[in-house]
Amino acid sequence: MAKVEFNEERCKGCGLCTVVCPEDIIALAARINKMGYHPAQVKEMDKCTGCTLCARICPDCVIKVYR
Amino acid sequence: MKVVFERPQALSDVTTHYCPGCTHGIIHRLVAETIDELGILERTIGVASVGCSVLAYDYLECDWQQAAHGRAPAVATGIKRALPDSIVFTYQGDGDLASIGTAEIIHAANRGEAITVIYVNNTNYGMTGGQMAPTTLVGQVTTTSPRGRDTKEAGYPLRMAEMLATLKGVNYLARVAVNSPANIMKAKRAIKQAFTVQVEDGGFALVEVLSTCPTNWRLDPVEALKWLDDNMIPYYPLAEFKVSGEVK
Ligand SMILES: Cc1ncc(C[n+]2csc(CCOP(=O)(O)OP(=O)(O)O)c2C)c(N)n1
Ligand code: SF4
Ligand code: SF4
Ligand code: SF4
Repeated sequence: MAKVEFNEERCKGCGLCTVVCPEDIIALAARINKMGYHPAQVKEMDKCTGCTLCARICPDCVIKVYR
Repeated sequence: MKVVFERPQALSDVTTHYCPGCTHGIIHRLVAETIDELGILERTIGVASVGCSVLAYDYLECDWQQAAHGRAPAVATGIKRALPDSIVFTYQGDGDLASIGTAEIIHAANRGEAITVIYVNNTNYGMTGGQMAPTTLVGQVTTTSPRGRDTKEAGYPLRMAEMLATLKGVNYLARVAVNSPANIMKAKRAIKQAFTVQVEDGGFALVEVLSTCPTNWRLDPVEALKWLDDNMIPYYPLAEFKVSGEVK
């Protein structure tokens, strides 16, 4: 059991988390946040292993990981 | 489920002004994690430099002093000598440390000042619009080298870590990168070591961190990680150059 939480209003849509996720479950949303960026979001949370790679590469500390 | 990763306490809970995907933010977080893990927040004083990271004092919860361009190691020397129990670090870009501040960094290192230096090399002057820096790679296009860095005019990129490793005053010296999770974890170990040296009164410690500047490199943030791997690491090899005062 694992999950990630994104503080979406802090996300700058840079995409770094999307390319490091080994499960390939992160993608940028079509909508935009208050800063005008497409925030990252997880498609299938049940596949998350809580590996923390997405959180470690996020330059804006958007992601909190539970395991 | 337990929380296994969250914002370190020493990292302010604010939105930074950094461009999307700029890895300055990762380096800030690694310094904050180190401050938390060593339990030194109350006695840590950062010296901010001039460059995109000039506002670092808004992002880390320790005390700060802002220095004139390139002078952070001199300011840090003064603070550390006046307050020897404090943990003093500078956070400097390559324009700051390797160009206008070359004299200050060399002499602080040579004197073996008991400070920690976080040196962020992104191969250009980010804040002012991507001009050529002493670290700009041969052939690299910048706003002031539109046909690429020409060694006949501008010489070769400065390898500060290798140069400083020749100085006896240096206790710890490493070059790391923050372009992949594996490299980020190694960067964290080096930064923690560079602060630990100071906590244990070991002397001067410096970590050169290869960092991206997607905006001035004119690259997508993901492409910038790869550009760093393909272009910077071959010229700026990742290594520990000095550990406990011994050349590796
Ligand atoms: C005495 C002085 N000279 C020049 C400048 C202009 N200036 C501001 S930032 C900068 C370069 C910053 O580049 P770097 O240290 O590489 O940091 P980055 O912005 O890339 O993170 C320069 C030349 C200044 N502020 N003060
Ligand atoms: S914790 Fe690991 S598996 Fe879960 S979303 Fe992040 S990178 Fe993917
Ligand atoms: S790395 Fe961080 S800022 Fe970038 S898209 Fe992912 S969550 Fe957003
Ligand atoms: S200009 Fe470059 S170094 Fe400065 S915040 Fe933007 S990406 Fe980062």
